[in-house]
Amino acid sequence: MSIGVIVFPGSNCDRDVQWATEGCLGISTRRVWHEETDLSSFDAIVLPGGFSYGDYLRCGAIARFAPALQSLIDFAAKGGRVLGICNGFQVLTELGLLPGALTRNRDLHFICEDAPLKVVSQRTAWMQGYNDGALTLPIAHGEGRYQCSDETLKQLQDEDAIALSYGNNPNGSVSDIAGITNASGSVLGLMPHPERACDPATGGTDGRRMLEALLG
Amino acid sequence: MVSSPAYDIAAALKQEGLKPSDWDEICRRLGREPNRAELGMFGVMWSEHCCYRNSRPLLSGFPTEGPRILVGPGENAGVVDLGEGHRLAFKIESHNHPSAVEPFQGAATGVGGILRDIFTMGARPIALLNALRFGPLEDSANVGLMEGVVAGIAHYGNCVGVPTVGGEVAFDPSYSGNPLVNAMALGLMETEEIVKSGAIGVGNPVVYVGSTTGRDGMGGASFASAELSADSLDDRPAVQVGDPFLEKGLIEACLEAFASGDVVAAQDMGAAGLTCSCSEMAAKGGLGVELDLDRVPAREAGMTAYEFLLSESQERMLFVVKAGREDALMQRFRRWGLQAAVVGKVLQEPIVRVLHHGAVAAEVPATALADDTPIEKHALLQEPPADLQALWSWTEQELPELSDAAAALLQLLDDPSIASKHWVYRQYDQQVLANTVVSSGAADAAVVRLRPQQGDGSMAASNRGVAATVDCPNRWVALDPERGAQAAVAEAARNLSCVGAEPLAVTDNLNFPSPETPKGFWQLAMACRGISDACCALNTPVTGGNVSLYNETKQDDGTMQPIHPTPVIGMVGCVDDISRVTGLAWQQPGDAIFLIGVPPEDGANPSLGLAGSVYQQQTLGFLAGRPPKPDLAVESAVGRLVREAIAQGLLASAHDCSDGGLAVALAESCIASDLGINVTLSTGSACLERVLFAEGGSRVIVSVKAARLPAWNQLIGSNPALCVTPLGGVTAQARLVIRSESAVELDLEVQRCAAVFRDALPRRMHSE
Repeated sequence: MSIGVIVFPGSNCDRDVQWATEGCLGISTRRVWHEETDLSSFDAIVLPGGFSYGDYLRCGAIARFAPALQSLIDFAAKGGRVLGICNGFQVLTELGLLPGALTRNRDLHFICEDAPLKVVSQRTAWMQGYNDGALTLPIAHGEGRYQCSDETLKQLQDEDAIALSYGNNPNGSVSDIAGITNASGSVLGLMPHPERACDPATGGTDGRRMLEALLG
Repeated sequence: MVSSPAYDIAAALKQEGLKPSDWDEICRRLGREPNRAELGMFGVMWSEHCCYRNSRPLLSGFPTEGPRILVGPGENAGVVDLGEGHRLAFKIESHNHPSAVEPFQGAATGVGGILRDIFTMGARPIALLNALRFGPLEDSANVGLMEGVVAGIAHYGNCVGVPTVGGEVAFDPSYSGNPLVNAMALGLMETEEIVKSGAIGVGNPVVYVGSTTGRDGMGGASFASAELSADSLDDRPAVQVGDPFLEKGLIEACLEAFASGDVVAAQDMGAAGLTCSCSEMAAKGGLGVELDLDRVPAREAGMTAYEFLLSESQERMLFVVKAGREDALMQRFRRWGLQAAVVGKVLQEPIVRVLHHGAVAAEVPATALADDTPIEKHALLQEPPADLQALWSWTEQELPELSDAAAALLQLLDDPSIASKHWVYRQYDQQVLANTVVSSGAADAAVVRLRPQQGDGSMAASNRGVAATVDCPNRWVALDPERGAQAAVAEAARNLSCVGAEPLAVTDNLNFPSPETPKGFWQLAMACRGISDACCALNTPVTGGNVSLYNETKQDDGTMQPIHPTPVIGMVGCVDDISRVTGLAWQQPGDAIFLIGVPPEDGANPSLGLAGSVYQQQTLGFLAGRPPKPDLAVESAVGRLVREAIAQGLLASAHDCSDGGLAVALAESCIASDLGINVTLSTGSACLERVLFAEGGSRVIVSVKAARLPAWNQLIGSNPALCVTPLGGVTAQARLVIRSESAVELDLEVQRCAAVFRDALPRRMHSE
């Protein structure tokens, strides 16, 4: 069992994810250069945080054309588990694997702090470890304001696809949304950083169960 | 051989910031007149920014050696040995003038530049800190500068993926229009050999990597070495534009390249761009460099040799590469989407020769540019300046009697220099790289775990860490530069001790007004003396730094407003066990509170006082008096005791007393924990305002769990020379209660203190 972490030029949380999954949780992990196209050996793929291609255009707008992501579409279509964190979430929305978009935070500032979160749905494997309904994960983003149309929001609600919401909505997201899944639940995108909450030496451990779910 | 077209010498000298005496010296060194491009090369290389022409004799007094020092001043960054194979590169650098005219890009490129200094040595950047100064936020221009500077630092640091873990921000009218932006970076060596900058191996190719060369940042080094005025906004082309995405790739590609062993020397292109990197590499290697500008990746067509040589386009590096390995090396950079080109070669003859359009555009002996650069001789005042002597006659007995201690404390907590900097550091990614143990606001210094990002050690747990801090009590320095500079070093060391780190070494950033006035040079000289004394006493050698002079603004009426002289001390220390790192928040009710250092009732101790304090400034509206004289022997002993107590696991919290004195430090520990205190301060011969708000005195407030009290008492019993005063205890009820022997002097809800402390900056920034 192993997972792949896609590395774009400008990714900067790829090693952090590997530290969390392999260093802290013992899950075999390999970083995958964005030009690679064979993802068949992996049980799950993580799109890490960072600023892919500098994000000078819309966040994630260029990354979606990376060769590895064309393979990722097939990987996801076959039911492979995909986790997009922060910039990875932005890329997933650009790629169309998740609906909606992430825009500049309401107050236009980058925000880095611990965010209290509520578990909205425990439907998917990602969230099944969170029985007490609440957790705290760090956020660190300038463009994390989740936006979608009313129809999309209704669809997300109907599909029970809203996984996480903010307790204090720091960025102005629609319906306090912090993370969503696709209809089948195999793809999760979220702005908070579970990989930053796996190591007691540097913070909490609320992210562990989410990353352990990469292996199903 | 070198064509020398006629140009207006006087005008050109003025443009380059050179003096007529420089012209004579240049002609003597060349044996002929320089052409325009060559004159430009001398202009930047002989600026204060590049050659310390005013400050060099003063810097030579710094202690620079010690058993832990692997690389001292002179290279791109200092390197210290942290033990167990961990080697740390670190340095601080200013970007004051660019930030004054274009705060966002000025600050952003300041971060980019200091990061390059670190990874040029073969170290991976692991943390950033910054020291900032602005004018009062009542002026919207200063609000705009601060908004832009913080956003610029955040933009670059967050994107490049290096956590900004600490710093300090202070305010004073003297910084209006001339903000200070000092960025410090730490890096963990990834290569076996520390990469140096001296050229090696005649015939080796010189390889250019990174971004393209454009017309941005023309003459930035010369610009940085002149005063600011209303016309400075016209100098915006002298400010560079940064690209952190490109730098992120450059970090990865450079570290891969260094690990390959193909690079024999490296120099980043910072101030003075290609000119500086070529001449430094040549002069340090005792060899020559030939540079063909036609092969330099250019951003636009039609650039002149002068423009190529003086461009300060960002994210560029120059390497000397083992002959035959250049193609493999350049391939690594292209993979990251970066430019890479062979632009020249190493010569036997020690000259810098620049080719352009097939002709020699400049040819200068490397040593003529880089060695024995001119030194400005300034006479040092034998007496302190008269205006300071007059201020020194003020004594704290002249203060009005304190009538409402609670109101005074709340007013101090609302002072932007003291108040919470959450508004600032919330915008910085403090956690990326997954090693941040404590960052801004939680402890007196930042602590980052030492875990390599690459290679064998990267997946192994590590208990070791590095602590870092930046400090400068500019109010004290303004009144007494020698004592103030000593206090800066002392406070930095104390901050490190408060997290349990052993102070190891210093990088300094001397932000000063013009040295060309008698007072300006005296301030610089006395501050350097203070740094030297304190660094010797506290055993923290200086490994390098940066000098930024001419920080003054021409007022509309033609007078100059100099900044408070601000010698920022960046200090690093070693943490043997990150699980022992101690924060500033109280941990639990019932813990006992002690004050280490000068006790409250000591009314006469010269190392403690109200002259130059925030309380004095608030009460009088100006600074006066002679600030306290730091007692460096006591300072050293206090640090040792705190570190020993932390190593033994005795302390629940530790927090030093600095701005605002004892009362503010107690309040900060309450605010951070939402716990209260009940303490009694014996006043003795001291007046209440001195007891509560005096600054200095090498003081640290610690709290100790009841179960640890016997061991704690034993430890302090073995240090009888040190004053340790029991103050009281931590309470569950969140009230801050301070009594004297006779009365309750102050009783405030912690929540009320917290609201004032947290709202002070956002309220003034007109947001949230």
